[in-house]
Formats: sequence, C-alpha cells, structure tokens
Amino acid sequence: MLESFLQNVINALQWGSFYALIALGYTLVYGVLTLINFAHGDVFMVGAYIAFFISTFFLTTLGLPGWVALALCIPLTMILTSLVGVTLERIAYRPLRKKGAHRLYVVITALMCGLILEHANLAILGASRKAFPPLIEVQVYNIGGVTFTNLKIAVIVTAFLVFLFLQWVVTRTRVGMAMRAISYDNFAVPLMGIPLDQIIVVTFILGSGFAGLAGLLFAMSYPVLEPYMGALIGWKAFIAAVVGGIGDIRGAFLGGFLLGAVEIMVVAFFPSTFRDLISFTVLLAILTWKPTGLFGIAKTTKI
Amino acid sequence: MKRVFKTLLITCIAMMLAVPAMAANTIKIGFNIPLTGDIPKVGESSKLSAEMLKADINGAGGLDVGGKKYMLDFIYEDNEAKAESAVTTALKLIEKDEVLAMIGPNSSKQAVPAGEVANDNSVVMISPWSTNPDTTFDRPWVFRAAFLDPFQGPVAVNFAVETFGAKTAAVLYDLSNDYSKGLAEIFKNVFEKKMGPGTVLAFESHGTKDQDFSAQLTKIIATKPDFIFVPDNYNQVALIVPQARQLGYKGQFMGSDAWGSSELMTLCGDACKGLYFSTHYAAAGATGATKKFIDRYTAKYGETPDDVAALTWDATRVVLQGIQNAGKLTGKLKKDRKAIRKGMQEITSFAGITGNMKFDDQGDPIKCAVVVQISQTGQFEFRKSVCP
Repeated sequence: MLESFLQNVINALQWGSFYALIALGYTLVYGVLTLINFAHGDVFMVGAYIAFFISTFFLTTLGLPGWVALALCIPLTMILTSLVGVTLERIAYRPLRKKGAHRLYVVITALMCGLILEHANLAILGASRKAFPPLIEVQVYNIGGVTFTNLKIAVIVTAFLVFLFLQWVVTRTRVGMAMRAISYDNFAVPLMGIPLDQIIVVTFILGSGFAGLAGLLFAMSYPVLEPYMGALIGWKAFIAAVVGGIGDIRGAFLGGFLLGAVEIMVVAFFPSTFRDLISFTVLLAILTWKPTGLFGIAKTTKI
Repeated sequence: MKRVFKTLLITCIAMMLAVPAMAANTIKIGFNIPLTGDIPKVGESSKLSAEMLKADINGAGGLDVGGKKYMLDFIYEDNEAKAESAVTTALKLIEKDEVLAMIGPNSSKQAVPAGEVANDNSVVMISPWSTNPDTTFDRPWVFRAAFLDPFQGPVAVNFAVETFGAKTAAVLYDLSNDYSKGLAEIFKNVFEKKMGPGTVLAFESHGTKDQDFSAQLTKIIATKPDFIFVPDNYNQVALIVPQARQLGYKGQFMGSDAWGSSELMTLCGDACKGLYFSTHYAAAGATGATKKFIDRYTAKYGETPDDVAALTWDATRVVLQGIQNAGKLTGKLKKDRKAIRKGMQEITSFAGITGNMKFDDQGDPIKCAVVVQISQTGQFEFRKSVCP
C-alpha cells in the first residue's frame, strides 16, 4: 500500500510538472497584460513539433549521438518556440492593444490563434501521428518497490529549476520589477520611461520558451505527437493557473502540481471512471473557498 | 451572328442534356471515414483500399448491373473520428451527395450513431470494422463486414488462458469509446465465468485524449495480474505499453483488433514486440486471394494492408454484390436504395479476403477470428484461428 502510494506520488510529480510548466506561461502573460493567452497550449504543441523536427534532423541527417542532439535540441527548441510566441504577440495581440480594444476581443483572438496553429499543423503535416525518436536511453530504477526512470526525475527537476528561475526573474531583476510595475498600472508606468512593448515581448519570450521546453520533455515522455495534443493539457493547465491564483508564479507552480496530484490520487483511490468528475469537484470546492485562487489577491476595479 | 448564337445555344442545350445522361451511368457510393482525428490511419487505409478497387472495376469498363455497365464514383468524407461528425457526414452523403449506399464509419464509436441515421433514412450502410453489436442491432438497413465483440471477447479469453496459462487478468479501457468499453465488459464477464468471480483483479478506464496512464497502471500492477487486456486504439496502445514497462511491469499484454494498424509499430517501437492481439486477418503467411490482394496493395502503396484496408475491400465488394443482385437500377434514388437492401439480404455466403462470411438476419457476418503475435521485425504473425 505504501509502495503504491509512493509510486503515485512520483507519478503525480511528473504529471504535475507538465501542468506547472505550461501554467507558468499562462500566469506570466496574465500577470503583465491581464490577458488569458488561450493559444498557449498550442504553442506548447508547436514546441513539441519543433523538438521533433530538430531531433530527427540531428539524429538521422547528421547522425549525432542522442545526448548531443538533446543538448542542442533544448536551446534551439526554446528559442524557436519563443519566436512563435513573440510572433503571435506581434501580429495578433499588439495591433489590438494599440487600437485600445477591450480585453475580451484579445482573448477571442488568442483562442483563434490557437485554432490556427492546430489546423495549420493539420493541413501542413497531415493527421497521422509522429513518433518522437528516443534521445536518451530510458533507465528504469527500482528502490523498495517504487519504480522511476531517469526521464521522470529529469522532468521533475526541470520543473523546479524553471520555477526557481522565473521566481528569481520576477522578484529580483529589473525586468521583473518592470513586469510587476506594468501589471500594477500599465498607463502610468510607460510614462516613467519603462518600455512597455519590450517588457511584453520579454514576457512572451519567457512564457513560450518554457512552453517549448515543456513540449520537448513531454514528447520525450509521451512520444506520440498529434496536432491536438496541446488543447486539453492547455485547458487543464489554465485551470491549474486559476486555482493557484492566476498572475502569481508560485500559484501557477503549486496549482500545476495540485491538479496533477488530484488527478493521479483520485484514480489511485477511487474507480478511474470517476477521475474527471471528482478531480474537478475538488478544484471547484477550492475556488468556492478561495475564489481568487490559492495565492491570488482580490482586486477591485475603480470606476 | 444569329446563326453563331443559335449553334452555341444548341450546343449548350445538348451538353446540358448530355451531362445527366452521363451521370445516370455512374454509381455513387459514399465513404464515412476518419481521415483526421484520433485514428487517421484507419481512414487512410480505407481510402487507399477503395481507390484500388475502384481502379480495378472502372479499368475493366465498369460494374455490370443487369447487362448495363456503370462507372463507380466514390465520395470520401471525413468524420474526424467523432460520433457527432459521423452523423452529419452520414446526412451529407445521404441527402446532398445522394449516394446509393454508404461504407463506414469504421470505429463503433462513430458507426453506432451513424447506423441510426442510415437506418432512419433508408440507406444501406455497411461498416467494415465496427465490432460493437449495437451498430446493426434491429437496424435492417445496416450491415457489417467484421465479427462481433461477443465473439472476439471469448477468443481473447481462451487464447490468454491457454497460451499464458493465465489465472487472473486486469483490464484497461477507454471509457468514452463504445468499442473499447463494450469489449472490456464482455471480456470481464467471460473471463470471470471461466476462471471464477474476482479473477479480473483490476478494471480501470481512461479518457480518449489521455496521454498519461501512470495512475491506472500503478493500480493494475499492484494487483499482480497474469496479463493485462487492453482493448484500445493503436495510438493509445503505443503510450500504454511503454509506460507499463517503465513502471516495472514485465508480464504479458493481450490486445484486440483495434491494435492492428500498420502505424502501431512506428509509434510503439520495440516495446510492442512479442505481444498478442486478436484480429480479422493475418497479413504475414496469407494464401490464395488474400495473398494476391496483399501483394498488389503492397506494390501499389509500399505498405502491408492492415485489417481496415482488407475489411474495406470486402465491405465495398459486398455492397457491389448487393447492387448486382438488385438486377437493375432505375435512377430513382428511393427505389434503387430499397433494391440494394434486398440485394444485400440475398447474399447467402461471400468469399472475402478476410475469410468466408455468411450473413445472419441482423446483417452480421459469421466468420473466423485470428490471433496474431507481433514479431521481432514488426510483422503481425499468425498464431491461431478461431471459428464460431
């Protein structure tokens, strides 16, 4: 019993890591722009595909060993995916913002951007699934009846490192201070000489870059890629960000792990047919108890 | 000037008259198949197989119905592997394209609701791949080319008990898929009837879009079953089997016919080698007409036809046989559709490449199932044949 509980703790940590990594991107953009970037799940999907093409290129065309390919794949995927995120901001969100469009329209634009990414992928690459090539040899370890792999440990460690990095950026650096300032007042702050557009671009680079990293790790853990792979996990990561208190880095991180843990533990102790029913009831209960999420602060709109 | 105008007008009228006259010599058949969505390979295989059959018949001058040659016109529509899209696709084929008969949908998830539409609109439908009994049950207009789950379930149970010496089992299935859920329940009943109550140690489910199965698998592995029965689509199998291995499971798996896609091995890789599943036919080691079909398909498309390709071939030929049995086409849609249904019911036995079939009064074929093993080279090798 204890063994399978510990096993499920590891399962939950790994699954929660993906929610956390994606939720961090939602929360960064929301924190700065109060925009729910619904295309984020699909940026994650694009990241996985970019990783797929880069790693296949390195492995088969250049014939590099797996670990070299992985070492090159991580930065390249993050850079290319953040380019996708920045492009979305540049061609879809910024023009609307400049025209002073209501937030609702920008959210709808984000939804459409996500659908465009999905269906462009479907149209260009076709519906058949892609098998992600194995970059590293997966080792299975067994300690006292609890099994884990080197890949699972790497995923969990990466999620923690990314969280620490982003927390440091937001709370300890000048860019982070600017981000927080814009989220506080995006009208007065640019008057103080803070370049609004540049800070927003940095936010999108951070969010999409780590979505790309999540895409790479996800493709390594679940090596079957399809155009809609980002949709459901993107939605759930958004829920995780809201439960954690959207706009707060700690909230997104904890929310991701909370959702992962609830989903896994419900299956572990109840019939698996009830998984989504029970797990979303739990999340609903949390939101009823704390409507702003675990770390959220209630804001009142002044008229 | 006036004469030129007159000639033009006459030519125009002549052409307008000629086009419907030409159209009357074609037979339109609709394909309701998943070209995108969860199982795109299934739709692709169906389409490739149908294209080959069409080229054969049109190349030989058309289909002979009552002494008159008709060209075949196949319309392929995508149902996105969704139940609701299968219904709208069926309506589109029936009402807008005015097809004489409909092939597909393939998966029971789409075939059960689309069968209702075909039956209500009095159009012959034949599903190549659907194994859930509800697809044809009490629907005189709906047929199928595959065996049924109440037959497939016991095949899997008996094979596992004999080959693995299994006394206990566990099941992991897709809750939102009629096919998977139906087959999982049949398997559980049959296994517990044979081996005693409580011998199915774990009975776990997941959702169609799930990618992580670690919690369900941890629960299953903790009960230490002799094997795991996974009646899932090939794309999920490719995730479930490696994840089970990474959680330390070393035992056997038993699969069902939804495993048998040519894409299974590209997605699953080494982890799936050596596993068994029940299916409609085995490509490796086939003989006679089946071998001829496999060789031609492989030469044409560069891949071994999977069971969907073979069953679509059979299903389409059954429909064409039904049209020929109708004797003569009048060009009146309602009358012809009725005649085709009568023609289909007159087929007493049919020699298909997936085996000989006889249709019972529900429109279901009585045919054999095979169990195959995935070889080290990724071929599906014949192990056992089970006939009703």
